[in-house]
Amino acid sequence: MTDTADRVENSVQTLEGVIIRFAGDSGDGMQLTGDRFTSASAIAGNDLVTLPEFPAEIRAPQGTLAGVSAFQIHISDHNIHTPGDEPDVLVAMNPAALKSELNRLKSGGTIILNTDAFDMRNLEKCGYQMDPREDGSLDGYIVHEVPMTKLTVDATADLDVKKRDAERSKNFFALGLVSWMYDRPLQPTFDWIEEKFGKNPAVVASNNAAFKAGHAFGETAEMFGDQYQVASAPQKPGTYTNITGNVATAWGMVAAGQLSKLPVFLGSYPITPASDILHELSNHKNFGVRTFQAEDEIAGAGSALGAAFGGHLAYTTTSGPGVSLKGETISLAAMIELPLVIIDIQRGGPSTGLPTKTEASDLFLALYGRHGESPMPVVAAYSPSNCFHMAIEASRLALKYRTPVILLTDGYLANGAEPWLLPDVSTLPDISVDFATTFNDTDANGEPVFYPYKRDPETMARPWAIPGTPGLEHRVGGLEKADITGNVNYDPANHGLMTELRQAKLDGIAKDIPGAMVNSDGDADVLLIGWGSTHGSITAAVEQLRKEGTPATHVHLTHLSPLHPDLGELVQGYQHVIVPELNKGQLVKIIRSEFLIDAKPLSKVMGLPFTAREIIAAVNQATSGASSNGAAQNGAN
Amino acid sequence: MTDVALDPTKRGYWTSDQEVRWCPGCGDYGILAAMQFLYTELDDVKKENTVFVSGIGCAARFPYYMSTYGMHSIHGRAPAIATGLAVARPDLDVWVVGGDGDMLSIGGNHLIHALRRNVNIKILLFNNQIYGLTKGQYSPTSEVGKVTKSTPMGSIDAPFSPVSLAAGAGATFVARTHDLDRKHMIDVFRRAHEHKGAALVEIYQNCNVFNDGAFDAITKRDARAEMMIDLVHGEPIKFGAERQRGVMMDNGAARCVDIADVGEDALLVHDEHTTNPSVTFSLGQLAMDRRSPTPFGVFRAVDAPEYAAAVGDQLLAANDQKGPGNLEALLRSGATWDVV
Ligand code: SF4
Repeated sequence: MTDTADRVENSVQTLEGVIIRFAGDSGDGMQLTGDRFTSASAIAGNDLVTLPEFPAEIRAPQGTLAGVSAFQIHISDHNIHTPGDEPDVLVAMNPAALKSELNRLKSGGTIILNTDAFDMRNLEKCGYQMDPREDGSLDGYIVHEVPMTKLTVDATADLDVKKRDAERSKNFFALGLVSWMYDRPLQPTFDWIEEKFGKNPAVVASNNAAFKAGHAFGETAEMFGDQYQVASAPQKPGTYTNITGNVATAWGMVAAGQLSKLPVFLGSYPITPASDILHELSNHKNFGVRTFQAEDEIAGAGSALGAAFGGHLAYTTTSGPGVSLKGETISLAAMIELPLVIIDIQRGGPSTGLPTKTEASDLFLALYGRHGESPMPVVAAYSPSNCFHMAIEASRLALKYRTPVILLTDGYLANGAEPWLLPDVSTLPDISVDFATTFNDTDANGEPVFYPYKRDPETMARPWAIPGTPGLEHRVGGLEKADITGNVNYDPANHGLMTELRQAKLDGIAKDIPGAMVNSDGDADVLLIGWGSTHGSITAAVEQLRKEGTPATHVHLTHLSPLHPDLGELVQGYQHVIVPELNKGQLVKIIRSEFLIDAKPLSKVMGLPFTAREIIAAVNQATSGASSNGAAQNGAN
Repeated sequence: MTDVALDPTKRGYWTSDQEVRWCPGCGDYGILAAMQFLYTELDDVKKENTVFVSGIGCAARFPYYMSTYGMHSIHGRAPAIATGLAVARPDLDVWVVGGDGDMLSIGGNHLIHALRRNVNIKILLFNNQIYGLTKGQYSPTSEVGKVTKSTPMGSIDAPFSPVSLAAGAGATFVARTHDLDRKHMIDVFRRAHEHKGAALVEIYQNCNVFNDGAFDAITKRDARAEMMIDLVHGEPIKFGAERQRGVMMDNGAARCVDIADVGEDALLVHDEHTTNPSVTFSLGQLAMDRRSPTPFGVFRAVDAPEYAAAVGDQLLAANDQKGPGNLEALLRSGATWDVV
């Protein structure tokens, strides 16, 4: 080092990937910081998976453990499937964040602390008796102590902003610092700051200054020796965007409207974690999309059913408790055989449970949670971007078969993000349907008539005659319908017949859905069966197992009712069949009863996705002959 | 087809082929007839553009008997379902039919929200002050002390006045009629039909099986003069065989008075268009027992923006601002990058 004494000559190291966890108080803007880092990484061409985790309280008491909000991102130069088991780097904006997140960090990992927040009051608020920086509890980690608040205030000193306001930009300082460490492009963040805060120039200036200062600090401070690069991942050519599950779901609904040539109607009531779909969709009224924020969950479903009767492509979005409330309406839709798509963004239950945490425990609710024999298709998305396609698929089934359809996603998919190779719009399926416009039979006197329950011989769907169509006036309702005529009918034999017909219509859909997703490399003794958001964890586990010499097959379900037509064959011939689920074992019971195989559950209900390691451990345990308690290793049961 | 089935000026045109299954003597028959006769008189309506949506209860069978489109839905939910239909299809005439249990008990929430939003739906509330279909329990409009199967020692619940409730919810059209006067019903239904926005019409309906004669003291022919208060827009509210009685506002509450005591000038001049809902509320409070003079007719008919029209305006505005939706462009609306 010569004449640039104040400048450290940093070398650049290349990493295959890195897992970073941003954590701070709910008011510290950690979700935004993670989100910006995600966008910059996506633009840098990395593959990435994110896991936002935030408290249910809007503002839990400041500085407490309950108020910690975290955002984990896994970036890589190759194809990855999970947000990563253990973070390499923890950015902790206050003592509470350090305390609540430290146990996740891998041993020897890097900690970046905002030392300005480490005063007695904040330490006490989260129950530290002693300053963890001094009592040896951080031994073995690489710790970088950075006075982020002070440096942010210094950086904005020349600007016309109050100190309190300037302090609020400290998350951009952290972002700048980490952006330097991992050599992220800066311009996308400047652009975003301008777009987001452009109306308030003082905030733009302050955030920009903090962001630059953080970056410069990394470059000049001696504490950060090396800079790291994560190369772009080899990806299929095309145009990519970064997408969360909820946005993908909303876009899928817009797309389904275009593909069916029907106006879209969403009846919804705010509920975490589904509300973002309502927000997103309400921005697309120029597609003719009507969004209706109803007075309650029941009216959300009811208004949608009314719109469906009127010929709209109708949706209602919610989470578990809302599905319970909508049950009666969903059953009416089953009885009157109209298209209605119910989207359940699952969260931890029962009751209010863990509103901001993920779980996949509504499968039985979706399949069976209604009075009477009320069968209907149930489908599930397996990744954030897949929500787009499954929203279209749910709509296709609803429209073609005139039936309510339940689409399951979950909090992890809803808020998690991934790069998405944009589909060629012209390859999306045509899901248009014809309304009935003419009589479809003749009565006993030879007069032409319209019979609203005379079914299409192939799909068994009944005709959809919408108000405004002359001559086809008819009445539908919740009372049992006579076959063909649709008149009210209490005859026992007719009720038996109609129950069979409704079931047969559902069963027939199996002919019209794709096979299950299979990831197999030939001879394996182990079969992992998954559905929904466990796809990434299972895929990562299977890749690792193969490297370790344990071949395993992964079968993943997107259609839960009816089941994929090839599933019965796919599950045969394995010594060990394990079904990892973020519930107490729901799909596994269906697999066992449908196919009479000795499938074993692997359950986790902790509000978090599986780590790959938990699945690998369960497989190793099974193959080594040790008895499995059917629970993930880290205490879930 | 018979000629009747082709002639919209004949009641038969508006009558479905389904056998009507209310108890013989039920007030519902008269209401159905009034609606069918109204349709023979209206010239801006078509069978295919008319939809009746109902909940559950005796009254809720109504859609099956009209030859229009219809949906017999879920207990209490008809206003919500009709709201979705009316927002999706502002071209339709949407009617909602339900009883006092359906609308005010299990469906109370949907009723008040439909009214406050001013969705273009016309709600017929058949008030018989009893649960008929479930065979005789007290309802949210039953009087205190009512002895029913579920209240052997008398009901202790204070009843709702549907008119006052609607006023409190900000309803833009509120009216009351009764099942014994077809002409009055037709007139009130017509006014509801003409109103742009949500309309609530309370219909006193006799359930001759479980609550027979509930309104006899008011609506029987020989009682009407002294007990029915005719609301006429722009006129002082007077009633009685000699028009000797009237209604005045007294400390914010409506009160029946002898004109001789207070003088004509003290009477309330009925104004359907007043935006202040408290007058409607007070008039609604006049009928809280079975023996008091009771106002009938249109309480309130106020101009206000209709909900579905406002929804439509926003769609047009979005189209103007952003241009028609383009899926390709939507998918590229966030930050994108190309991999070659
Ligand atoms: S029970 Fe009462 S309301 Fe119901 S149909 Fe019979 S008379 Fe009419």
